[in-house]
Amino acid sequence: MTEPPRPDPDDLLRRVEREERRGNRGKLRLFLGFAPGVGKTFRMLQVARELAAQGVDLVVGVVETHRRQETEAMALGLEVLPRRKVEYRGRTLDEFDLDGALRRQPRLLLVDELAHTNAPGSRHPKRWQDVHELLHAGIDVLSTMNIQHLESLNDVVAQITRVQVRETVPDSVLDQADAVELVDLSPDELLLRLREGKVYLPEQARRATEHFFQRGNLLALRELALRRTAQRVDEEVQEYRAEHGVLSTWPAGERILVCVGPAPSSGRLIRAAARMAAGLRCPWVAGSVETGAGLTEAARERLDAHLRLAESLGGTTVRLSGTRVSEALLAHARRHNVTRILLGKPTHARLRDWIRGSLVEEVVRGSEDIEVHVIGPGTGPTVAPPGDHVAPGAKGLAPGALGRATLVVAAALGLALLLRRAMSLPDLEMIFLLAVMVSATWLGRLPAIFTAALGVACYDFFFVPPLYTFSVHDRRYFLTFAMMFAIGLVVSSLAARLRRQEQDAIAREEKTATLYALLRELTSAAEPRQIAAISARHALQIFEAQTIVLGATGGGELEALGSAPEGLVLGEKEGSVARWCHEQGAWAGRGTDTLPGAPVLCVPLLAGAIRVGVMAVFPAARALRVDERAFLDIFCRQVAAALSRVQLAEEARAAALRARAEELRSTLLSAVSHDLRTPLASITGSATVLRDDPGVDERTRGELLEAVVEQAARLERLVSNLLDMTRLDSGGSPPKREWVPLEEVIGSVLVRPELRMEERPVTVEIGPEVPLLHVDPVLLGQVLVNILENVNKYTPARSPVEIEAQRGEAQVWIEVRDRGPGLPPGSELQVFEKFFRAAQAGGSGAGLGLAICKGMIEAHGGRISAANRSTGGAAFRIVLPCDGSPPPIEGDPP
Amino acid sequence: MNQPSPLLLVVEDEPQMRRFLRASLVSHGYRLLEAERSSEALQLLTSHHPELLLLDLGLPDGDGIDLTRQIRGWSRVPILVLSARGQEGDKVAALDAGADDYITKPFGVNELLARIRVALRHAQLVAAGSSAEELTFGGVRIDLVRREVFRGGEPLHLTPIEYKLLVLLARHAGKVLTHRQILSEVWGPSYAAHQHYVRVHMAELRKKVEADPARPRLLMTELGVGYRLRDRSS
Repeated sequence: MTEPPRPDPDDLLRRVEREERRGNRGKLRLFLGFAPGVGKTFRMLQVARELAAQGVDLVVGVVETHRRQETEAMALGLEVLPRRKVEYRGRTLDEFDLDGALRRQPRLLLVDELAHTNAPGSRHPKRWQDVHELLHAGIDVLSTMNIQHLESLNDVVAQITRVQVRETVPDSVLDQADAVELVDLSPDELLLRLREGKVYLPEQARRATEHFFQRGNLLALRELALRRTAQRVDEEVQEYRAEHGVLSTWPAGERILVCVGPAPSSGRLIRAAARMAAGLRCPWVAGSVETGAGLTEAARERLDAHLRLAESLGGTTVRLSGTRVSEALLAHARRHNVTRILLGKPTHARLRDWIRGSLVEEVVRGSEDIEVHVIGPGTGPTVAPPGDHVAPGAKGLAPGALGRATLVVAAALGLALLLRRAMSLPDLEMIFLLAVMVSATWLGRLPAIFTAALGVACYDFFFVPPLYTFSVHDRRYFLTFAMMFAIGLVVSSLAARLRRQEQDAIAREEKTATLYALLRELTSAAEPRQIAAISARHALQIFEAQTIVLGATGGGELEALGSAPEGLVLGEKEGSVARWCHEQGAWAGRGTDTLPGAPVLCVPLLAGAIRVGVMAVFPAARALRVDERAFLDIFCRQVAAALSRVQLAEEARAAALRARAEELRSTLLSAVSHDLRTPLASITGSATVLRDDPGVDERTRGELLEAVVEQAARLERLVSNLLDMTRLDSGGSPPKREWVPLEEVIGSVLVRPELRMEERPVTVEIGPEVPLLHVDPVLLGQVLVNILENVNKYTPARSPVEIEAQRGEAQVWIEVRDRGPGLPPGSELQVFEKFFRAAQAGGSGAGLGLAICKGMIEAHGGRISAANRSTGGAAFRIVLPCDGSPPPIEGDPP
Repeated sequence: MNQPSPLLLVVEDEPQMRRFLRASLVSHGYRLLEAERSSEALQLLTSHHPELLLLDLGLPDGDGIDLTRQIRGWSRVPILVLSARGQEGDKVAALDAGADDYITKPFGVNELLARIRVALRHAQLVAAGSSAEELTFGGVRIDLVRREVFRGGEPLHLTPIEYKLLVLLARHAGKVLTHRQILSEVWGPSYAAHQHYVRVHMAELRKKVEADPARPRLLMTELGVGYRLRDRSS
């Protein structure tokens, strides 16, 4: 029995991802044309009319009719979204109103010309990004574009038509579109329309476009468009087959690696790789190799741009390092089963290859079964502008370096003069060579050459015959001089390279260390605010950028949790960048695709798919480099993970608390309803007898009245206890601490009439060591009242009560002891629980009194316990910490 | 005894409470004015000149404490504040604003009548201008001229502070005095934050004046509010 072919789990995952993306996302229907004038807009409006006729809620976001009557007629009667007016360089531009569209929230929106570049200051630089956001917001979109705007075909089109198109749309937009409709027209028909003036051409571009509209060009473009659409159809078929477990015809494990550098030709190379990958339907990687040689700032930016381009075309990027480019590439290729390597055709002089070795040759030689494609240069500048690489050692001639080089030579000269009698001429030469090496190693290339020159001069002058002239008789010495220069150069480059590698290693090490330090601090943080403060502080240190960490609140809003330096707040505009970043879960602000002009860079804090907040970074002067951004990304992931961990813990705690509160509430209800109803029933009964029964004798009358008063007092006590308990439970207000003598609190409690303490023998002993207590006198009094009420309830009337207080080690204890039956065995802890009542209870009270005591004493940082006395009776012990010394007492006023 | 019975103004928004006060006070020979809100109270106060105000702290249209402060701007009429338990802060605020005394709800009618008597008598004493040469209470006699204190005929040795404290409480016998009031009277207004001064000296005073300082009978503590010298009638 054979099992039916099962879909590959990875494919299934991909499919689920896609479905999910489509779930809440709007759908994009794209009308693709091969040239302006084929009728994309017309066709889009046609479709829109049909849908409108079916009752679909659709709005025209932006449609360029170019005043063509037939197109304008199609747009009639459709709801049109007002344009946004943008002032730019004295001109008013009509732009698509993204926010207006999001507010209007139609089912379907028409957005013409996907490749359009927005006016500066718009939220996104490109219209396709607007569309992306609309789809994200669940709005379906109809849009149009021409094939020449597709990023990966950009330079192919440029080669065909010799017109460079600047407005491009990433291939991923076309790939992720839910439907693509090719609007086709034969080139002859298009040319006819053009001659009839039915095709709109902007005036300033007329000359360029005339070249564009040549029959040959149009044929080629049409073929491109047809092929690209066919490829999409093919992908859909593949997808279908994969979904349904049909044995797929995926090319087995192709993988492309393209070598990218700062040279402008790399862009072309990347596009070629993307096209090849699309053709092979395989993943591709753009790799840049860092050798020891550093790059200038401009070159680094170009390299970053190339890597970003690769990412936008759907490739992944990788930074490799090694001493030789070819080795690094081949090592990566082997590790990751790369099947094809793409290289640019060398453009430099052959001489360089002889000296440095040829990259192409080395890769080909070492490639074994990997195919190597060498892509030729396109039009435009391909040669790297001179000076991309920083000459090792040339950078940063330290002030005083030449002076130090002179000193080195002087020292060598001195040494040589001292030893001239003891040593032969070639040995003395060695001393100067040593000076060159010292300069080369410590001072860099230029001082090394300087040292060599000066050394040669000194050597010549002082030692080479004829002495004390610069003339040289023996040709042999010229070789010596040349050697000295050469050694200076070689050693200085080697030293510089070593230094750079060391610096790189240190930088990497620092990154790892900072990340580790961050992690270690984050794991010890237990609150979102702590995490925010820690993260912001680290970010300030690492990225040299002021940072605010914002956390998502329950309502989907953002609140500042912490910042470095402290007290930083987001302005209104920056706040909107952060909100956008949070809502879309994508980077926004400075140096990104969204609001690149903002001073702030906002990174979403994503823990898996959960958006826990935003990190807002204000880079000091420049936008962050790609490697810094990659590090920021890792950094933010750690922060997000920590935040979500704390939030989850908090949620769990809150849930447990809720459950406990729920349980308590039900206990409370049952206990309280009984305790409230009993006195009420007694009061109502007594009062109605007094009102309705005139025949009651005087004695009964007195008893009934007494019952009413007594039960009302009981109710009052119960309500007070409930209020106290609620206040304590809700965390209420903290104790209002004052410095009080304990005897005052005890004295005021003992004389309360309701406690009837005068009926008992009460002994009070307060040790002379007991200091003033820093407590809330009202709460402490209430604690004593509750304990004494408890004593009254459970001990026989007139039995004695003892109160004692003594000072202990950094604490004061107070004991209330009675001579009653004592606590039920084993209930010493239970008595402080809510609603606990001893079995022999007198019947009144909800069992809250002692629980309140516990709450109040704990609010003071103290403890309360109960125990049975060995000599009979119960003892309640309060222990209060003695923190701080009481303020001084002034005797008599001045 | 031919004086007309005293006229009291009750400011209370609870009708049940007003009914209880009306029933108990009228039957004890007082005449009553009633107001539900502070605006009404101010009107009645200016038009009828009552001899005492019973003021509920939880009025609907504004704070009883504000009303007290307002009245104290131009009138010395005794104000007795009615408040619930757990509002010690409000009680102190009301007393510091110029209220004469407070009574905690729920209260019995006897307690209320006693407080009203103390307040009225005290007002009379103030009006008459006290020129007494001695004060007596609970077996203690203060000779104001010689500045001497006797308990049961025996002289008590008090420090100047304790003497001042005792005289202050005795002059306001039956009335509660807040820590702040005592501090500013005895030590001076700049000592208002040093509440523990009063407490410590009060403890010393009790040891000399009280028979059983652990269970005071004369110098009573109102926890969280202040002190009261127990009056004959309270």
